[in-house]
Parts: sequence; C-alpha cells; structure tokens
Amino acid sequence: MSPLARSKTDSVPQPASTPPELIRNFCIIAHIDHGKSTLADRMLQETGVVEQRLMRAQYLDRMDIERERGITIKSQAVRMPWAVDGTTHILNMIDTPGHVDFTYEVSRSLAACEGAVLLVDAAQGIEAQTLANLYLAMENDLVIIPVLNKIDLPAAQPEKYAEELAGLIGCDPAEVLQVSGKTGAGVPELLDRIVELVPHPVGDADAPARAMIFDSVYDTYRGVVTYVRVVDGGLSPREKIAMMSTKATHELLEIGVISPEPVPSQGLGVGEVGYLITGVKDVRQSKVGDTVTGAGRMATKALGGYHDPRPMVFSGLYPIDGSDYPLLRDALDKLKLNDAALVYEPETSAALGFGFRVGFLGMLHLEIVRERLERESGLDLISTLPNVEYEVRLDDGTVVEVTNPSEFPSGRIASITEPVVRSTILAPSEYIGAIMELCQTRRGTLKGMDYLSPERVEMRYTLPLAEIVFDFFDALKSRTKGYASFDYEPDGSQEADLVKVDILLQGDTVDAFSAIVHRDKAYAYGVQMATKLKELIPRQQFEVPVQAAIGARVIARETIRAIRKDVLAKCYGGDISRKRKLLEKQKEGKKRMKMVGSVEVPQEAFIAALSQDGGAAEKAKK
Amino acid sequence: MPSTFPPGDPAPPDGALPATALEGMAARTLGVYLHVPFCRVRCGYCDFNTYTLPELGADADTGRYLGAALAEVELAGRVLAPGDPPPASTVFVGGGTPTMLAPAALGALLGRVRDTLGLTDEAEVTTEANPDTVTPRVAEELAAQGFTRVSLGMQSVVPHVLRTLDRTHDPANVERAVAAVRAAGLQVSLDLIYGTPGESLEDWQSSLETAVSLEPDHVSAYALVVEEGTRLAAQVRRGELPAPEDDDEADKYELADRVLAAAGYHWYEISNWARGDAHRCRHNVAYWRGGDWWGVGPGAHSHVGGVRWWNVKHPQAYADRLAEGLSPAHAREVLDDGQRHDETVLLRSRLAEGLPTDLLSAPARTAVAGLVADGLVDGPAAVRGRVVPTLRGRLLADTVVHRLLPG
Repeated sequence: MSPLARSKTDSVPQPASTPPELIRNFCIIAHIDHGKSTLADRMLQETGVVEQRLMRAQYLDRMDIERERGITIKSQAVRMPWAVDGTTHILNMIDTPGHVDFTYEVSRSLAACEGAVLLVDAAQGIEAQTLANLYLAMENDLVIIPVLNKIDLPAAQPEKYAEELAGLIGCDPAEVLQVSGKTGAGVPELLDRIVELVPHPVGDADAPARAMIFDSVYDTYRGVVTYVRVVDGGLSPREKIAMMSTKATHELLEIGVISPEPVPSQGLGVGEVGYLITGVKDVRQSKVGDTVTGAGRMATKALGGYHDPRPMVFSGLYPIDGSDYPLLRDALDKLKLNDAALVYEPETSAALGFGFRVGFLGMLHLEIVRERLERESGLDLISTLPNVEYEVRLDDGTVVEVTNPSEFPSGRIASITEPVVRSTILAPSEYIGAIMELCQTRRGTLKGMDYLSPERVEMRYTLPLAEIVFDFFDALKSRTKGYASFDYEPDGSQEADLVKVDILLQGDTVDAFSAIVHRDKAYAYGVQMATKLKELIPRQQFEVPVQAAIGARVIARETIRAIRKDVLAKCYGGDISRKRKLLEKQKEGKKRMKMVGSVEVPQEAFIAALSQDGGAAEKAKK
Repeated sequence: MPSTFPPGDPAPPDGALPATALEGMAARTLGVYLHVPFCRVRCGYCDFNTYTLPELGADADTGRYLGAALAEVELAGRVLAPGDPPPASTVFVGGGTPTMLAPAALGALLGRVRDTLGLTDEAEVTTEANPDTVTPRVAEELAAQGFTRVSLGMQSVVPHVLRTLDRTHDPANVERAVAAVRAAGLQVSLDLIYGTPGESLEDWQSSLETAVSLEPDHVSAYALVVEEGTRLAAQVRRGELPAPEDDDEADKYELADRVLAAAGYHWYEISNWARGDAHRCRHNVAYWRGGDWWGVGPGAHSHVGGVRWWNVKHPQAYADRLAEGLSPAHAREVLDDGQRHDETVLLRSRLAEGLPTDLLSAPARTAVAGLVADGLVDGPAAVRGRVVPTLRGRLLADTVVHRLLPG
C-alpha cells in the first residue's frame, strides 16, 4: 500500500530472481492528450523510482517531437516495486505508441502484457483511437482496468463517462477508478488495483529461452537497444543469443531493466521485461515482434504474431536545395537505424531534382519522419502529394505496382485496385449528417453505427486509403468542430475507376503534380491545381497555359498572362543602394527557380502547391 | 529619398573618405543635393524623410536646420578638398517641401555651396516646389538667388486622385505657378504620379494633357509605389483602397509615352521626358551615370567614387551631430568592383543614351542578342554598341538588368 522506503530496497525482488507470481506486466491505453504520460510520471514517483526533485515532466517520452506533440512514438518499459499487504511486487509498465500508424507496434507491446489500464479523460470521454487499441487489448485477452483521469478538472463528468466505459467493457460503473495524474489522487489505489487484478505471467522456466521483442531503439552511444519480454526460460549476461526470424546470432553485451534509467542485471527470468544490448547498429537486425532465444539452446518454435512492417503511404522527399541531396541520403540512412518501418529508394523528378520515394506506415509516420529529417539534419524538404500503392492490371495481363504516379502505365488498363481501410469515427451524435456527407464524398461505405451513449455515436466506414491520406482528418475535425475522433486499419483492397491526372505548364508535364485520383474527382483536382498554380507562378515574359490532362485529353485550363511591368519607376540618388540590394536578393531568388520547359517556377510555388493547407499559398505569394 | 535605409557599415565620425574614392575626382562632375525635411502636411503615400512642424515639437526650428545644413556644406568642402574636386555643376534642392523655407534661406544654402565648393557658370540649380507656394514674387526671388529651374509637384489634375494622395494644392495653381516660374526666366518641370487607387485611364489622360498644355520644359511621371509604413499602405492593407496593378500601370506608362512623345517630349530615362537635350535634368542624369554628389541634410544620401553614405534621419539628431563638429553620416558602404558593375548596369540601362556594351561581361554581351530578339532592347542601338531599352524593355527593366547580370 505504500512506496518503498530507500532503506528497505534489499527486500525488493531483483531481476533474474523474481518469482513470476510477483510480476505484473501492464500498459496504459489512452488517447493522445488524455494524460498518459503525466499518470506514468506520477506512478514513477509514487513507487519511488524517481525522486520528486529529479522529476522531469513526462519522463518517459524522450524525443523532442514526442514531447512537442504529446505523443509517444517509441515505447519503453519501466520496472517499479510496489508493496501490497507486506509483499513487494514488481510492476512493469510498458509504454505503448498511441497512434494508428503504429498499430503493429502497439499490438506487440500489448502482447507483452497481461493487463491494460484504459485511461480516459473525464472531461472528454473515449476517443476512436483508444477504442481501436482497446479492441486490440481485448483480442490479446488483457485484463482491462478502466480509469478516468483528470478528475480535478472543473469540466470533468466522471459519472457520465464511467457509465460510457462500463457500457463498453461490460463492468459496473462503480468499478471505474477515478484518478488525477496531476494531483496524484487515486494513483496508489490504481497501483493496488493493478497488483490485484492483472494476472501474473506464466512460463516454463526450464524450457529454452524465448523472449519477444516489443521495441527496438537506436542509441548513438550504445547501438540498438532491444526491449524484450521473457516468456520461457531466461537470458543471462554474456550469453550468445539468436533471432529466430533470421537465425542471426549476437553476443549479449548487456542485459538489464529500466528503472527508470537502464540498470544492468544478472539476467531476466520468466515474465520479466527488460533490455538487451548486442552491439548491432541497425534496428532491422532486431525486429519488433521477433523472438530472441539462446544460441546455445535454441527454441524450436517462435512466439507468434511477427510480421514485417508494410508501408501504406508513399511520398517523394526532395531537398529544397538540390546540393543537399547527399545530406538527405545520409539523414535517411541514419533514421533507418531507428525506424524499422522506414523504406526508401532514390527517385528523380524533372521538377524537383534528386530525392527519394519514401514509404510510411501512415500520415503521422510521414510527418514525424519529415520533421525529424528537417530538425536533426537541418534540411529543408519538399514532400510530394502522398499516395498509396495501386495495382494496375493491363489488358495484356501484365500487373504493375504503382507507388508513384509517374509509374502509372500508359497502356490499355483492364483494372486498378487500391487499398481500403476499415475506420471508426466517434463523435457527438449531432454531427452524424456532416460525417456521412464527408465520408460519401470520400467514397466511403457505411458499415455500421452504434450509440455509445445518447449523445455519442460510433460510426464504422470502409474508405479507400487514398481518400484519407490527404486531408481527411482535417476535414473531419472542421466539420465536427474538433469533436470527432478517427481511427483506421488496413482492410484489403478494392477495384476502382482511377485515372492519372497530369499538370502541364506550357505543354510540359510537371511530374511532381501528377496524381492518381478517382475519375469523378479528376476534374476537381485538375481545376484546383491549375487555379493554384496560376496564383503561385509569377507571370513570365510570355503567356503560360496551365493545363490539367488525363492522357492527351485536357480537362482544365488556366492562363498565366504575360508580365508587362516589373520596374519601379523612380530611381534617384537615395534609391540606388536599396535597389542594388534588391537586385542582389533577386539574383539569389533566381537560384531557387526551377525551369519547367522555359517557365521559371520558384521553389516556393512547388512547396505551396504541394502543401495541404491553403495558408501556404498565401505565404508563398509574399 | 525613401526613409528606410539600406544596411551599411559604420561611417567615420569626421566623415573622411578613403583616398580611392577621392582619386580622379577632378576629372568627374560634382553635384550637390540639399534635403529640406519639412512639409506643411504629410501626404498619405509619401515615405520620404520629412516632418511637419507639429511633428517636430515645440523646439523645432527651421533656423537650427539651416545652421546645421550650412555646417555640413563646409564639412563637405573639408572632406573633399584632398581630392581637388571640380566646382559643383548641379544643385538640387528636394524635400520635403523646399519652399517651406523662404527663398532667402534657400539662397543662403546655395551661397554657401558657391563659396565653399564652387559652382560652375552654367550650373543647373533646381528646387522642388509645391504649386501653391510659387507666386510670381517667390519665383523672382528664386531666380535672383541663382536658381535656374523649378520642379513643381503637380501629380494629377483630377480632384479625387489628389484627394487620395492627400495633395492639398489647388489644380488651378499649377498653371499660375508655371506662368510665374517661366516669367522669372526659369526652366519648369512638372512631376506627375500615375496608378493612384481609383484613377481611371481617362483621369490619367486628362492629367497628361493638362501637363502638356502648360508646355513645361520637362516632365517626370512616376508609377505610384505603395511604400511600407505609409498611411496609404495601411489603407490598402485594410482594403479601403485597391492596390495599384502592374497591368494598369503599364497601360498608363504607355499612354504617357504616347502623349508626351506626340507633344515633342522625348524620354531620356525610364520616368523622365524632356523637350530637348538641353532640358534634361543634368543633376539626375549624373545619378544614373554614376557621378559624384554630396547630399546635405537629414537622411540625405551621397556618392563619391564608389562610396555611398547616408545621414542620420531625424533633423534634431542631424543638427546635434553637426553642432558637435561630427559628420552626420549614419552609415556607409564602400562598393566593390562587382557591386559597382551591378550599379552601372542597373542605372545606365535606364537611359536613352544607353549602356555601352563594352562595359558588359562576355556572357552578358551574348545575352543582349536574346534581349533584342525578345523585343526588350533596341536592335540598331545594340549594333552600334549601346544597350537601349525599347518601350517594352523600359517596362520590364528589371528583367533586362537580370539578363545583363548573369550568374
């Protein structure tokens, strides 16, 4: 019932010699801003593993981007002692990524646990993303402990949302715990409840070692740090280990637990959670979901559930300054060490120069990768419109995989298939109409609808992935005043009537603007791009037609009229320095111009035209 | 003179110039610009360094300004002396509204230039003037003080255009002022502005025709520029007035060139037309040819032998500096060869006399062919070794300059 005093730490079970009966492995399932990190920090404090004065807000989220966005990309596992009725138990808190792009990582983290804390903001209720992860947790047979957080908020409605949670997981509203990560209220009770309800791990201590990798992180100083949950047997220092998917063997340089800093240990036993360091430099050699075994005494059967991450969204990434291409290549190579899901290959665009076609797990993954590249390597990047992977079947039976509109075949097309997703939208019921309308324009099919409470509804849609990679979430938010939440998972593919729309400047195709869109939307896309480019491209000495075309058929046309005047009329003594400096600046600007045929296009125009928010177009004009 | 300064290097407190700048001065021409930073009211479009007397506060004193300006003329004499400068061949008094000062005060300034720097016998001595302030008596006094030329801020004859510009003069006074100036034996130039929000092509045409009917010796026509920080810019930003449009200004420029040419005025610089070579503003031509001039007054710019500097802006700070015996220069820049070349191309390609092609780099000389082909540069002139912009080239002078400065 209490944190352990420092003087009594010798009574705490040590790694490699902790009876499984005293171990509780759990995770926290929560929506982005529902206070998971604050609660986790508070648990570290209550259990005494972090002293108050050393407490850094959101201890567990390490990367800057995570900190800024309030989301967790990489999970970690912290070992915390907690005594109940005079017996010290070991709680392993496994932090899970909270976003749908990382569903696979989430599923592996969940597989390392026996229980999950379902944490919901008492002022907001459950969100679609949380619901998705809750389903995953229930599929993994985890014991769910429902908790309402932020009960200290004036806007908290604990009774209402306790009702909602109870209805969802089939418990009594009275069983829903109420806590405040901010004030610490209810946190000791929650820790007690975890010890009470989460089943202890069960495994065969005498069997060959089997440990599941649930995370793998690249550290500049240590190389890859691999997080594992031991299922059977045990791992000990300086032992040789093997990866079951590749049969590759590695020397174990260090083994230990996180509490909350890495602490080397005498090993890890059944049910324990900790880290391994083998000296490998690439997270691909230590893949999430893989099974670690002893090289001397190998297990015969891997733990289930492993698969390679598969990119769903593709985009071209180009350095704004063409001479930064080698920097971008190095930055991607470096990032790859820490991101097993990142795939890329060199690509050339007539408009944008040399870059890479990069595959991502989803839109958030794209944004994070882009931000990390820009931030950590000081690069300015343009990303092309994201697209999905299409399968194009030609009349002659050839099948072409298209991840870039430029690969779209020009021959006679028999059929095209596109990936679809199964999505869940949670929203106040007053927005049902607006959501239906949006999903209809995005070619969605309504699969079902349930009321979570009289005011909240869950809508299930099948949607083409291509329709949500662009700006779906923004559109959803704006139509529901920000109240809707959204989640999706891949759900196979479907045939669709798709065409490639090209954008031409004075007759020359600008490859960066080509897009594969549904035939019904080709005209709208063409008009939108032509209008945008007319706004963005400065007038030239000659008239420049901007056209959108499907094959040879022009579907939209705008004209950039020829410029007639560019000079300032006045240039007297006091104007000369200013004018010369302006000229010098313009000369620099010229270097950032890209030639499309004989048309000079400023880099900013490409960026603005490719950007998804309307504001960028305005900015580029200034 | 725009009131925003370019960034520059610190200027020495005594105003001394590097020997390289003074070298060969004797063989060049020297001009003097005198800036009078006062106006009765500030016009909404104006970003020049000028102040209304209430703005300057209770201790504002045109007398203090005058003393400081006279002191700066003497500073110029001391700084330039080692270069053995020629007497000034042009003087231009601008503002502000120079005629806020009495002709005698302007005469005192001119006298100090004559005494300190010298003035050639044929010197062109211009003052800008508000049409309302130029009576026959003022014109005669200006002539008596040694002025040879008056540039009148006419801007437009259309009342709603003048109102938008905050110009308070009575259009009818322009005719009276022209007559007074001419009667005093002085040359007269009219300044016009086109592209004011709300000005139609017809409005502009009537301004041009009225200007021509007054038979001035010289006409300047400027496209209105909405400068940051002016009241006009705020009105445009708030959507109260439409922003000037390039196409509209191009139409109006072409109209101006047509009307003025038909009346016997020939363009000699992008925005300037004169009845004959003798009526060109020699002071301004010297700017474009890269000549030397000393700018006296708050915020005034100067150029001597590849060194450009500019004075502190505020009249009080300006007077304080000179009272302490210091140079009023705020900052300066010493141009390197590349910058001087850029300026030569930038300025001389604005002129009807043209930019000699032998001043251009080899790739730029090749680029001239492309400019001729695109109709931006006059072909026959190019063959004779001069880059002279065509009408289209004058409107696209920035493009011309960029192509003459490749790389």
